[in-house]
Amino acid sequence: MLRFIGKRLVMSLGVLWAASVLVFIMVANSGDPLFDLKMNPLTPKASILYREHLLHLDKSIPERYWIWFTGVLHGDFGKTLHGVPVGPQLFTHMAVTMKMVIPALLLAIVIAISLGVYSATKRGRWQDKGVTFTSFLFLATPVFVVGLFLKFFVAIPIDQHFQKVILSTAGDSSPTATGGFFQRIPDMLSHMTLPTMTLVLAVFSSWVIYQRSTVLDTMDQDYVMLARSKGISKRRVLVRHILRNALIPVTTVIALDFAGLLGGAVITETVYSWNGLGLWFLNGVNALDINVVLAYLMFTATTVIIFNLLADLAYAVLDPRIRYS
Amino acid sequence: MSINFGQAMSDVPMVDIDNSGLSEEIHGQWRMALRRFRRDRLAMFGLITFLTILLIATIYTFVNPAGWSELTTSFNQPPSWNHLFGTTGSGLDLFSACLKGAQQDVIIAFVVASISMVLGTIAGGVAGYYKGSIDAVVMRFVDLLLVIPLLAILIVLSRIFAGSGNSWWMIAILIGLLSWTYIARLVRAEFLSLRERTFVEAATALGAGGRRIIFKHLVPNAIGTIIVNTTLTVSGAMLLESTLSFLGLGIVPPQVSLGMLVQEGQDSATTQPWLFAFPAGMLLVLILCVFFIGDGLQNALDPRKSRSRA
Amino acid sequence: MPEPIIEVNDLRVDFPSEDGTVHAIRGVHFDLFPHEVFGIVGESGSGKSVTSLALIGLLAKSATATGSIKLNGEELLGKSEKELTPYRGKTIAMIFQDPMTSLNPVYTIGWQITEAIQAHQSVSKEDAKKEAVRLLEAAGISQAENRMESYPHEFSGGMRQRAVIAIAMANSPQVILADEPTTALDVTVQAQVLDTLKVALRETQASLVLITHDLGVIAGLADRVAVMYAGRIVETGTVEDLFYRTAMPYTHGLLGSIPSVDDTGQERLRQIPGAPPTMVGDVQGCPFAPRCPLRQATCFEVEPELVKVTNSESSAFHTSACHFANDVTLMPAASMFTDTSSADESEKTI
Repeated sequence: MLRFIGKRLVMSLGVLWAASVLVFIMVANSGDPLFDLKMNPLTPKASILYREHLLHLDKSIPERYWIWFTGVLHGDFGKTLHGVPVGPQLFTHMAVTMKMVIPALLLAIVIAISLGVYSATKRGRWQDKGVTFTSFLFLATPVFVVGLFLKFFVAIPIDQHFQKVILSTAGDSSPTATGGFFQRIPDMLSHMTLPTMTLVLAVFSSWVIYQRSTVLDTMDQDYVMLARSKGISKRRVLVRHILRNALIPVTTVIALDFAGLLGGAVITETVYSWNGLGLWFLNGVNALDINVVLAYLMFTATTVIIFNLLADLAYAVLDPRIRYS
Repeated sequence: MSINFGQAMSDVPMVDIDNSGLSEEIHGQWRMALRRFRRDRLAMFGLITFLTILLIATIYTFVNPAGWSELTTSFNQPPSWNHLFGTTGSGLDLFSACLKGAQQDVIIAFVVASISMVLGTIAGGVAGYYKGSIDAVVMRFVDLLLVIPLLAILIVLSRIFAGSGNSWWMIAILIGLLSWTYIARLVRAEFLSLRERTFVEAATALGAGGRRIIFKHLVPNAIGTIIVNTTLTVSGAMLLESTLSFLGLGIVPPQVSLGMLVQEGQDSATTQPWLFAFPAGMLLVLILCVFFIGDGLQNALDPRKSRSRA
Repeated sequence: MPEPIIEVNDLRVDFPSEDGTVHAIRGVHFDLFPHEVFGIVGESGSGKSVTSLALIGLLAKSATATGSIKLNGEELLGKSEKELTPYRGKTIAMIFQDPMTSLNPVYTIGWQITEAIQAHQSVSKEDAKKEAVRLLEAAGISQAENRMESYPHEFSGGMRQRAVIAIAMANSPQVILADEPTTALDVTVQAQVLDTLKVALRETQASLVLITHDLGVIAGLADRVAVMYAGRIVETGTVEDLFYRTAMPYTHGLLGSIPSVDDTGQERLRQIPGAPPTMVGDVQGCPFAPRCPLRQATCFEVEPELVKVTNSESSAFHTSACHFANDVTLMPAASMFTDTSSADESEKTI
């Protein structure tokens, strides 16, 4: 098991490295990031040269990559086009994004598993059909549509009705909010509710469908029949025998979807103007700010890899057949 | 609980070595699949709605080819008989624009699905059949897209390759080149198990070459998986394209797509809700229809692997 | 005659399917008496497994069952899952066919036996564990104490089935249902597991409903036998009745399809031509008629009732659903299926 995880880790790092080379070459070849600066007749020549030197734009692409690569190994992600170090920016923006991603992930897991199990136990009845249909509906709805809908047709009407901001639609917190952590909780909730909900609605539906079908498969297993034939309560059969087994495969699915969750965060941040990783990345892409783009991609990829490792470990904890092989 | 009534029993020895009915049997499987699909109300509803929207869009844009770009003199009008979906601030008839956008989205999605189907089947098939180093290369590419959010890569690529004044086919090719891994993964898995089966061994023993085995024996057996997942790729492509267009990195004016219309309509969503509701609603309905079709195909072609049903 | 533990009357089970309603069981009657082994034989799809699932109330939700199943005089059919719980494991226990899949892979063997004990007995965890060790030992697992912490995947097929038998014994039930308990096992292990089953019967004093297609197992273990075909019992009686005074051509066919040790090698393994009917739609006439060497015109028109066989040597239990039951008892088994039209087909088989 540990060897398997180790092998996976090494392979993932290789993939990551190859991706960084590809992205670097593509972004580096795709235009001059200082184009606007140079077009401005007021920019002194010396300042342009200084910027080029600072960003190593005067060197060849392999040299630039090498500088970037050795920098990353030392924890230095280079500087943005404006000459600010990328690393600290990455972490401030990450803190913002995680405020919606982590609650959304936890909520989505809880909702998806309970709805999936509920739907399976009501197999074929209207509750089951309702859950399945709703899941399909959200599966088919783009994240930006969900986000915009909640923003314009839930938050704004509520706020207008009560004549004050109950559900905030811009930013991750009010700049005016003061006080300690506990005093700021209402403000945080006001800002976090809708983005988190958007993200939950964007990811939970496929997990519901998956969880439902796993529970249905598990219900038909011989060991569930044997458990029922023992004369234990229906609830115990469901929780200890069906659910305990049906939770195993869904961990992998959730882990694999984590990348999609981070992708969803890009859209949600755009809709709700959160200055998180997603917006930072989008702006970086638009400005062809190579260090920002790479930092974002490497960071998300690393997070996803770590998350998958955790899922593998969870799998091993949940399934004795894996644990001992 | 499963009961196999049609099957001969294990206790009374009986072997059917007559194979002449094989092609007939495959034919029968397709007939069964068709019958199951036709009985699936959601799938039929999806198919009919999807085709109806597409048909209306095609006829409308054929009869009125400039309708979606022509500016009228009525601005910001709510839906009326003259303008079914209302008009925009610049006087654009939203009904025409939505139909044109829907058509554009579907065309892009079909191009993406075709690219994905061909690349995915070939890459997955070759990886699953030959294994070894080819398999390793394909799987690393698959890994890459599992690790980095697909949307993030697409954002970077469309900024670089599509830039400004991009054409729809560039977007379609980019999405297509990144969407095949899902099909590849499934086809590979299917091939890995199929190649161990006796009929493949028999064909190999009779001297059939790799290409012949792949196309004559393996692809026909994996065709259900390929069809179902190509359909799902259509919906995935529509989601991705509309998202890119929403971010201003996909379809941009003077072309039109539903995602772009939503993006343009969002600022006035509270005052002129139709500008948001119609393109967003149409997008949702189209994608939902494709999901229903895909789900129906799954149930019809491979009921055992079905996700959404009992 | 003692009071029966289980009385099954006119049991019918239907399943919906894509091609229409499947009539899996079409009117089954039998009684199960204390301390007896009642065998049910038949091909796959004859309804024998469905019968056992109906007895313990584990039919699929989509199934509809009508008729009557009485346990100690109390009607079980129509009881809810909750109302059945007190009987399951306590009065009726079940052993499933495939021990590779019938134990929960994520729990230890000890946990699973302890769970069965604690389901019906209010004993402390320690006592339940001690009892579990004792049951495992009784089921023939050596070093049971150490084996308690093993997971099912660490057990062989035979050991798993012993563990399942230990679970069945846990509450000394009155009835044990065993659905093909040895079919999935290696031939060498089968006999050992059957011995374990005998031990379990001795320990618990339970009656056994033994479902199998293996007439050898029946001959070695059963007191009475019912032969099922197309969802009905077509012949029932003591083992001697069925083996020596066979009153149904289908039973003849089943007997003929076991190779015997004293075969000279010259004889062909006799087989029943054709396949059992699909159970969709209504049956007209005797369902075995298309495959029967003795069929007459009436066989295709009237489905025979299960009636007492009046052969003088037959026991009181001997019944048969054949229009010509008494004539069949007089026939030598060997002659019936040898010269049928499918002689060349059977050649392929061997």
